[in-house]
Amino acid sequence: MNATQFNIHGVRAIYRFEMTRFARTLWQSLATPVITTVLYFVVFGAAIGGRMGEVDGVTYGAFIVPGLIMLTVFTESLNNASFGIHMPKFTGTIYELLSAPVSAVEIVLAYVGAAATKSVLLGLLILLTASLFMPVQVLYPGWMLFYLVLVAVAFSLAGFIIGIWARGFEELQFVPMLIVTPLTFLGGAFYSIDMLPGAWRTVSLFNPVVYVISGFRWTFHGSGDVSMGISLAVVSGLIGLGLLLVWGIFRTGYRLKS
Amino acid sequence: MALRDAFRSKEDRVSEQGALSGVRVPEASAGDTQPVISVRGLDKIYGSGLRALSGIDLEIRRGEIFALLGPNGAGKTTLISIVCGIVNPSAGRILVGGHDIIREYRITRSMVGLVPQELHTDMFETVWDTVRFSRGLFGLAPDAAYLERVLRDLSLWDKRNEEIMTLSGGMKRRVLIAKALAHEPAVLFLDEPTAGVDVELRRDMWALVRRLRDTGVTVILTTHYIEEAEEMAERVGVIHKGKLILVEDKQALMAKLGKKQLTLHLQSPLPGIPATLAGWDLTLNNDGSELELTFGADEEQACIPALLRSMGELGIEFRDLNTRQSSLEEIFVNLVSERK
Repeated sequence: MNATQFNIHGVRAIYRFEMTRFARTLWQSLATPVITTVLYFVVFGAAIGGRMGEVDGVTYGAFIVPGLIMLTVFTESLNNASFGIHMPKFTGTIYELLSAPVSAVEIVLAYVGAAATKSVLLGLLILLTASLFMPVQVLYPGWMLFYLVLVAVAFSLAGFIIGIWARGFEELQFVPMLIVTPLTFLGGAFYSIDMLPGAWRTVSLFNPVVYVISGFRWTFHGSGDVSMGISLAVVSGLIGLGLLLVWGIFRTGYRLKS
Repeated sequence: MALRDAFRSKEDRVSEQGALSGVRVPEASAGDTQPVISVRGLDKIYGSGLRALSGIDLEIRRGEIFALLGPNGAGKTTLISIVCGIVNPSAGRILVGGHDIIREYRITRSMVGLVPQELHTDMFETVWDTVRFSRGLFGLAPDAAYLERVLRDLSLWDKRNEEIMTLSGGMKRRVLIAKALAHEPAVLFLDEPTAGVDVELRRDMWALVRRLRDTGVTVILTTHYIEEAEEMAERVGVIHKGKLILVEDKQALMAKLGKKQLTLHLQSPLPGIPATLAGWDLTLNNDGSELELTFGADEEQACIPALLRSMGELGIEFRDLNTRQSSLEEIFVNLVSERK
């Protein structure tokens, strides 16, 4: 291997390792999010949704589909990516990664790529599940897929950072549970922020998750809380911020190397 | 490639003899006079303020077995970890095969294999998957035949489909060695390879290290078991409180610092050492029934016959004798205690 050669075998090895982990726990990996989503559909879509009018020109059941997919993609991306890099730190096997001829770019590509792959597959599975409950229309399938990948990458990147930052399993759960879940619930997964009173609508606009969910909803229904351009800019901004933090981590060896 | 030779089956070796013997990895053949590892002015101060290493200068010769000795906490693992890229150096420069470990880390890291001290292994992976992973991680294309030979050589082939968590401690240690060898390194670090290992595995490990050395792999082992260094190493470095206090050929070290003792069990006790024997370094033990001569390891030729002759002339008879040479352990303890 020379000094500049891209270590494709290394990326493949990590990616494969992570996907094997996913396959080994396939049942849990798939069943949990699907069952959770089905419960949401039963409660919000069928039980409550039946008593509600249309939102943004679609039934309430159809309206919440993109939000529910996003909710799963956020949670799974964060969990998978953070666990993927935190486990080697916890068990000590990270010595091998640190002593291997792999660059930061390759490590991130492999870990984040694997976590994002899982999330995208899960997102699509939930879409499929949802379509069993109600007719779901995707206005711009190409955009939907592209945007789904972007969001999965953004949150997997965040998960990767959390996995390195966390000093234990409690901290690993801290950010997803205490920050991302509330922001998602307040971020319009189950409602349009137009339904909120004026002051709360303004407050909501400080929540980046609003922009993320709105963009995905646009790919389904052609309308969202904000324009698609802004949503794309926010997701790209999140990815940029994540890359910047990762760059800093690898440059300084923060919580990786002493 | 050098390392591949170690894991080639006997038939392969016979059939390829002549054609492949002597073929080495390019890094190993380029300038054999150049040290394979060169450490200059290495300091390590941890974030906590702990000074783990100071002013380490060390050169490891290509193809040698080098033992790094030192008590727990001396800085052995820190030194290895820095060369491997796991810990950042605070100051100094390290070259592996003539390449800088920071600027040219891809080259240096692909040359180096590390077997860590702790049994850090995955749990649910199979043995086969984990060695395959290691080879890929270090940038090499899959080579099932090579990995099979590595596993067979480490008596792991039968366990290849088992999850690592089901293996015993000794087997896990073998797995770590197999992982470190999976990318055919030119330099192998063994950090305390036989800590907590049974006698059989220890012998196996020593045999493996010699086989690796025979194919041109440089082996650096850290240990606080002097027996191991004495058995294996060609050169010994002693590290104490972060400083390299000595680097020496093992034989030269034993000759220079090792003491020999001759004990003579006398027929009848002596009341004291006779004046004619005052020229020798003698002590009288066990109520005068044992006469003990201490001499340097390099003066044995002249010393013993002359003493025995003089004793004969004095009519002192002995019924038994034995000699013993101080081990590296004693040398090491002396060195370390001198510096306390």
